[in-house]
Amino acid sequence: MIKIPYFSALSTYFSFGLLFVFGHVRDFFRKIFDFFHSSNLQVLLFFCFNKISFASGSCRFWHNSALNASVLCVNDPDCFGRPISSAPDVWFDIVHRYSNDNNKTMRRTSKVTRCLNLGSYNYLGFAAADEYCTPRVIETLNRFSPSTCSPRVDGGTTTLHKELEESVANFVGKPAAIVFGMGYATNAATLPVLIGKGGLIISDSLNHSSIINGARGSGATIRVFQHNTPSHLEEVLRQHIAEGQPRTHRPWKKIVVLVEGIYSMEGELCKLPEIVAVCKKYKAYVYLDEAHSIGAVGQTGKGVCELLGVDTADVDVMMGTFTKSFGSCGGYIAGSKELIQYLKYTSPAHLYATSISPPAAQQIISSIKVILGEDGSGRGAEKLARIRENSNFFRSELQKMGFEVIGDYDSPVISIMLYNPAKIPAFSRECLKQNVAVVMSAFPAVPLLLSRARICISACHTKEDLLKALEVISQVGDLIGIKYSLAGSNKQHQEQGPKKLD
Amino acid sequence: MDTMASNVLQLVNSTMERVTSALDFPSARAVVFGFQIGGHLFVEVLLLVVILFLLSQKSYKHPKRPLTKKEIDELCDEWVPQSLIPPITEEMRYEPPTLESAAGPHAIINGKDVVNFASANYLGLTGHEKLLESSTLALEKYGVGSCGPRGFYGTIDVHLDCEARIAKFLGTSDSILYSYGLSTMFSTIPCFCKKGDIIVVDEGVHWGIQNGLYLSRSTIVYFKHNDMESLRNTLEKITTGNKRAKELRRYIIVEAVYQNSGQIAPLNEIIRLKEKYLFRVLLDESNSFGALGRSGRGLTEYHGVPIEKVDIVTAAMGHALATEGGFCTGSSRVIDHQRLSSSGYVFSASLPPYLACAAITAIDVLEDNPALITKLKENISVLWKGLSNIQGLSIASNPESPIVFLKLEMSTGSAKDDLKLLEAIADRALKEDSVFVATSKRSTIDKCRLPVGIRLFVSAAHSDSDLLKACESLKRVSAAVLMNL
Repeated sequence: MIKIPYFSALSTYFSFGLLFVFGHVRDFFRKIFDFFHSSNLQVLLFFCFNKISFASGSCRFWHNSALNASVLCVNDPDCFGRPISSAPDVWFDIVHRYSNDNNKTMRRTSKVTRCLNLGSYNYLGFAAADEYCTPRVIETLNRFSPSTCSPRVDGGTTTLHKELEESVANFVGKPAAIVFGMGYATNAATLPVLIGKGGLIISDSLNHSSIINGARGSGATIRVFQHNTPSHLEEVLRQHIAEGQPRTHRPWKKIVVLVEGIYSMEGELCKLPEIVAVCKKYKAYVYLDEAHSIGAVGQTGKGVCELLGVDTADVDVMMGTFTKSFGSCGGYIAGSKELIQYLKYTSPAHLYATSISPPAAQQIISSIKVILGEDGSGRGAEKLARIRENSNFFRSELQKMGFEVIGDYDSPVISIMLYNPAKIPAFSRECLKQNVAVVMSAFPAVPLLLSRARICISACHTKEDLLKALEVISQVGDLIGIKYSLAGSNKQHQEQGPKKLD
Repeated sequence: MDTMASNVLQLVNSTMERVTSALDFPSARAVVFGFQIGGHLFVEVLLLVVILFLLSQKSYKHPKRPLTKKEIDELCDEWVPQSLIPPITEEMRYEPPTLESAAGPHAIINGKDVVNFASANYLGLTGHEKLLESSTLALEKYGVGSCGPRGFYGTIDVHLDCEARIAKFLGTSDSILYSYGLSTMFSTIPCFCKKGDIIVVDEGVHWGIQNGLYLSRSTIVYFKHNDMESLRNTLEKITTGNKRAKELRRYIIVEAVYQNSGQIAPLNEIIRLKEKYLFRVLLDESNSFGALGRSGRGLTEYHGVPIEKVDIVTAAMGHALATEGGFCTGSSRVIDHQRLSSSGYVFSASLPPYLACAAITAIDVLEDNPALITKLKENISVLWKGLSNIQGLSIASNPESPIVFLKLEMSTGSAKDDLKLLEAIADRALKEDSVFVATSKRSTIDKCRLPVGIRLFVSAAHSDSDLLKACESLKRVSAAVLMNL
């Protein structure tokens, strides 16, 4: 686990406390001024903004903290939602924005800057037009048009959708697969179908919002186990199977354990072999969300199961998305033939939602062909080797420089710890000044004290790109004082430097 | 005898004297506040001691014995979970027909050309050259996916352009794009409705809204499908019966054109009720945007209600606009709030840019060609007339709704059997007459209890011969199937 330096922890608490007080004072004055010219809805929003719930520790379960998010985002909106005017490739154009009313509204200009992209999920470099995929996608667009305007079960199934599902099932290593148009909705519409009232869901404490929403929507009892700790999972399982359902003590109908392949904010790999062993012993079902790991890790890109040597037959439900490594959109569920047939019969996203756009489906089929080498070139294997090399190189260099870096070996997601809320916009703005675009994560997506900058490495990053990025990050790190791992006096000396930048 | 009696009497007297004198002993005497207290003090002290003794006794509690490791092991071994999915039955093996071409007014299924009434392609924009052109340009420039959520470099300038275009078209101040039609409602509702709020909702709403209501944890009250009297009574009950209701936030959620029945909501009546009882209205215009109203601006234009009176309008773009995704529009405060707290917006990748471009082009085409709406209206009325006297099937939808909903006149009693009959009709229509219609299938987790039926989505691109063919085919096939009962 990460050890926060004492001074940083204290100063972070102090900064957040200040922001909290500031937010409340401002809302108080807003209430007074709005009283004179308010519509019903403005007062409504004031109440919405006021519903915060500060939970210590892992805060991902609490999404009502609109006040906090709003305070940070309203103070520094230029760090979030930066519009781009080109494909989200390795080098892209960021649009300049300006604000006339103290960052309340941002307006676009026509000025753009070419920046190095360290934020987009472009693991294998399929984000921009690709020589193999794009002509096929355009051909599909002309043949099938952008949308079928119909759910899969009515008139939305084309030959392309069938080919896509076979291709995905083959790639992932399961007998069958079903594809939906959005990764978030895949979780939200599948979990309620698989488990309902009387079932138990045990979820990792740092799971993504879509999994949490799906679990909540199912109506089952939800319990949490410590992040990536199979021994605690075993404890929780034993305790709950022995006790049964709350209050009635009847035995549970079924138990599903939800884990992710790579956790998007930490870059850590799931301890899958141990967790699968525990679940087998206690007869629980495993639901694996491979949003970030499918296509990006493993010898041939088949995800964490391949990387960690777990047999895909042991994982009951495998879920993933196509947004990250395949440069498209949508999500899939892979499992046994019966499971997929059942989902096709009753999953709301299959029955009511428009089917996945045909050009997007073609992009997935083509990119899978490239990854497997079926297009005839060796580009797939080359991309996979390069992303591994790039991520390991970048991580080791950052660690040498003295940054607090988290993320496992081989994972393309690297997080640099910042801790202090004031350092978040500082890091972002300073990097942008030098044409490097990074992504910041603060509460509530990560625990209160552990704000970070998250870097996503792509297979298309060249060595020069990475070296430039390292140089810029090192300079900015010195300026802001985030090289926590440098020993003793060096560290003290750096933290004396300016902390808050306007 | 006498002596004995007098002896006993003397004994008793002397004992009494002794006792009285003992009790009158100076230590047993007390003078409190001028009153003399005699030997009762001794009795009282004894009573107190007994009380204290009883109080100090612990009440009997069953001793707590936590389960031993061995017992937990046994329980874990004994426990048998249900299987993840129920056994697969025959009806679960249903495979929909596979299209081999674009889902336009005509499509190719199994090599044959069929008339397609299963795609909600109301304006016939599927396959339109302008849409294909702009999408192709977008694909070449931006690739397919946007590779990130809106907050993390997933905001592409076409998204902002699309949002501005939609807001301009509808006359609102701002709008927000979602990457999936179904997720629009189930992300918007929990964003505004929290625990303790009261939501009055039609019982025929689709699953997206039902899921949003469940996630919001508010108090839900259903009213009878599209029945304004029932709505009025419900609102009356809530506001008068419950004093606290005045301080809670209250919402009404309706769909403009109901996916489950084809009915159109009487918006002017709803607005009148909303203003009387002080509720807020959320309207889902998925099937009315681009299909109702003189210029396609939806239910507000159809009923002549200014759009500012509706607090939040959402719509899926997978219908009239022939693209994918969804949007929500309203005042700028409503939209700004969603940009931070709507989970389907913040935690999900943004809409692929080529689909946003297609949406912009679709709105441009719609604005330039109001004749599409007129054609659509004509087609709807022709189809309605043609289907109104089919034996065994009756039309359950509004005469002006772009979804023509046919339900069984005489239901068999169970929704499953109804669905079997309707599917038989649809299958035969496809096989024998090449008319492709869809039945309304329900998920096991859908709470809607409206009757199932056959849905025909009318398109402005359908020709008169298509409509005629469909009417005749359905007449013939339904007579054949239902006579065989």
